[in-house]
Amino acid sequence: MPLAADRVESRLTDLKPALTEAQARAEAARCLFCHDAPCIEACPTGIDIPMFIRQIHSRNQVGAARTILEANSLGHSCARVCPVEVLCVGKCVYNDKGEPPIMIGRLQRYATDRVIHGGIQLFEAGEPTGRAVACVGGGPASIACAHELVRRGHRAVVFEKADWPGGLNTDGVAPYKMQADESLAEVEWLSEIGIEWRLSTEVGRDVDWADLEREFDAVFLGVGLGADAPLGIPGEELEGVWGATALIEAIKTGRRVDPASVYSAVVIGGGNTAIDAARELKLLGVPEVRMVYRRGPDGMPGYAHEREHAIAEGVSFTWRAVPVAFEGQGRVKAARLATVDRGLAPVGEPFSVPADLVAVAAGQNRLEDLLASIPGLEHDDGRVTVDPATGRTTNPRYWAGGDLANGGAEVVDAAAEGKRAARAIHEWLAGNGGAR
Amino acid sequence: MRETNGNRGNGGPGGNGGSRPGRPVDLSIDCGGIRSPNPFWLASGPPTNTAGQVMRAFDMGWGGAVWKTLGDPITNTASRYGAIDYQGRSVAGFNNIELITDRPLDVNLREIAEVKRLYPGHAVVASLMVGSRDEWREIIRRTEDTGCDGFELNFGCPHGMCERGMGSAVGQEPRVLEEITGWAAEFSSIPVLVKLTPNITDILDPGMAAQRGGADGVSLVNTFKSVIGVDRDTFSPIPSVGGEGSSGGYCGPAVKPIALHMVTRLGKAPEFRLPVSGIGGVQSWEDALDFLLLGASSVQVCTAAMHYGFRIVQEMTLGLEEWMREKGYARIEEFRGRALPNYRDWGNLDLNFKIVAEIDPATCIGCQLCYAACEDGAHQCIALQAGTRVPLVKQDECVGCNLCQIVCPVDGCITMIEVDQGLPRESWNDRVARGTAGAGGRH
Repeated sequence: MPLAADRVESRLTDLKPALTEAQARAEAARCLFCHDAPCIEACPTGIDIPMFIRQIHSRNQVGAARTILEANSLGHSCARVCPVEVLCVGKCVYNDKGEPPIMIGRLQRYATDRVIHGGIQLFEAGEPTGRAVACVGGGPASIACAHELVRRGHRAVVFEKADWPGGLNTDGVAPYKMQADESLAEVEWLSEIGIEWRLSTEVGRDVDWADLEREFDAVFLGVGLGADAPLGIPGEELEGVWGATALIEAIKTGRRVDPASVYSAVVIGGGNTAIDAARELKLLGVPEVRMVYRRGPDGMPGYAHEREHAIAEGVSFTWRAVPVAFEGQGRVKAARLATVDRGLAPVGEPFSVPADLVAVAAGQNRLEDLLASIPGLEHDDGRVTVDPATGRTTNPRYWAGGDLANGGAEVVDAAAEGKRAARAIHEWLAGNGGAR
Repeated sequence: MRETNGNRGNGGPGGNGGSRPGRPVDLSIDCGGIRSPNPFWLASGPPTNTAGQVMRAFDMGWGGAVWKTLGDPITNTASRYGAIDYQGRSVAGFNNIELITDRPLDVNLREIAEVKRLYPGHAVVASLMVGSRDEWREIIRRTEDTGCDGFELNFGCPHGMCERGMGSAVGQEPRVLEEITGWAAEFSSIPVLVKLTPNITDILDPGMAAQRGGADGVSLVNTFKSVIGVDRDTFSPIPSVGGEGSSGGYCGPAVKPIALHMVTRLGKAPEFRLPVSGIGGVQSWEDALDFLLLGASSVQVCTAAMHYGFRIVQEMTLGLEEWMREKGYARIEEFRGRALPNYRDWGNLDLNFKIVAEIDPATCIGCQLCYAACEDGAHQCIALQAGTRVPLVKQDECVGCNLCQIVCPVDGCITMIEVDQGLPRESWNDRVARGTAGAGGRH
């Protein structure tokens, strides 16, 4: 399970480092303890943020962690990876007071670091029920689901096709927010209460769905999204042309990419994955990193605050352009771009920009083949149809959550959806659902 | 500390005349015959232990110093101090179990004489604490030879010395206090202040005893008997002396309101006529001004100097000067005690005066602390509104208690608006006099 210590991401440091006790308590003292606090409302997992901040202020660091993790078992990674600027912190009333909002993410990290790294376990498995649930996919949704199930006495087994657990938390999160070992530490801590793992095991290939249904009373699907979608243009097969999530995974889990050998990098796309890839390359020392996006800045689906960080770090942007080919002999040397108008139609003569690394972030494939292999499972363009109250799919023994169900959102959404499904599964099992 | 009160802000005679840079302001005072260039004295305590400290303090701008209490040198404990931190700020309240001077009397006297020789214009007051009449006669005779400007009889120390029949043991027994004050007045040819302990039921009792004994003034308050807290691992009271603790004297910003009450109590009593040196939680010119406006002639400071050093006095003098310029006052006597006439017994307050809260939606940040405070902690007069986080004051139900304004984190967002009820002034005592008083009264 451990990853190599010298993987590429280890060259980066946290952009939001841990707070000292003095810093945390000073920041905590600023919290107004709002009534019906907007920050709680903004959190998909409904963490009682003013309460845990007050606990930090009164030196109850473990209690603060308990408040966080009771609401969101993935609170340790969410503290680092949540886009707090558009969630809790964005709703802090200090924004309207013209003062800096409370650093909620960093305070949350201060609390959870204490228990995750302090060897303090807050949870235990419930009284065994004899029921078992398979959680397919080893990312945040499945982990949150499995943790909740085990706390309620059910057996939970997580199937993960990769050699490591954690899903995107381990192999997809920008390293300056969280590195893979941090995700692994969280998984290990959460699994201590009895979550079982079957790594390097892909359901549908290594294990049949029918086998799962025989062994387990219910199945939770948390497999996320598929591989990077290709653009379908000439030169995409050249060495040095990466899918963005594959590139990020390579940076986070090993040494297959060497930033020192890259002078000019081009990132295609305007979403958060594209911005992450561009920022990571820039922070790893690539001198020229250019983002190419088919619309203007206002049309970018990525977060504005992330874009501003990228600009501040020296990433350049080519707006209203699309790649028409990648050029080179064996290795990519340039990206050929075409300017497009507002209707995205090419205008003028295409031009080339140097590129000895290309990252394509044009979305990820849906796992339609996988979904088609499960009977009675309805989906819309690869997004599994679920009951929004329970996360239950149209196959009554299957629940789903995370990117597979929401089409691609945040870790905190996956955590909320995994827990939601676990509670529904528990109620179903408690009502003797699935009894055989 | 920030006070919040809807009725605050009555101007002085000059009104809001603005700053007057050219106008000279005289901060000098006379407290019971002890004169100093400004009203800021270091209180008797660790900051006034040595000549080196007192001279540095005078160089920094302090107008006077009450020397650390002279008497039989004692042995102190380690540790000695404890403090309350509040919301990330240290020393909201402070306590100590330190005793009087631990230095030989002749050393202290030599140093006092030296300070007085080098700083003739500053007030040097010698704090004294001994037992018998003969001891009082002897220490007063010897100390007067230093050329000091006055004495302060330490009848306030609430720890250690009181167990030996001195300090607050005297201050809590008006007859003993009066007798010893009488000795000091008899033996001394310079002004005698009596430092009062607040650890009594009514400060007027020891105050009147000091007056009957012939004191020239009183200093108050000394510290409050207190336990600062408990070490939650060793279960030792704090400050801890090898795992054990004892009650100490409490002071610092947290005690200022109680000290102000006691100063006011003396200032309002017609039979009490002595000048007052005000002590308790003074950290800034604003705190000091409260004491002066309630009748004090000088203020004494200890905790702030222990926390920030002697330099803190410059903020006090500059702030007081600026305020006096703004209000058009040239001398402290022009406004000293200015708030005392406005202090009334509750029974004389106007029951027909009405104010209601008003929230400015433009500056409201939607924290809803006012809602929670009013709903849970007061009188259920603030409602939440659909579609906005700005609460609404039900002004026809608002009792004008001020709580919402106090908890609001935005300055000026909640104001208390006076509502003319068209009724004449009427107090509880008026009703009693007319026989129209009911059984009520809020508690």
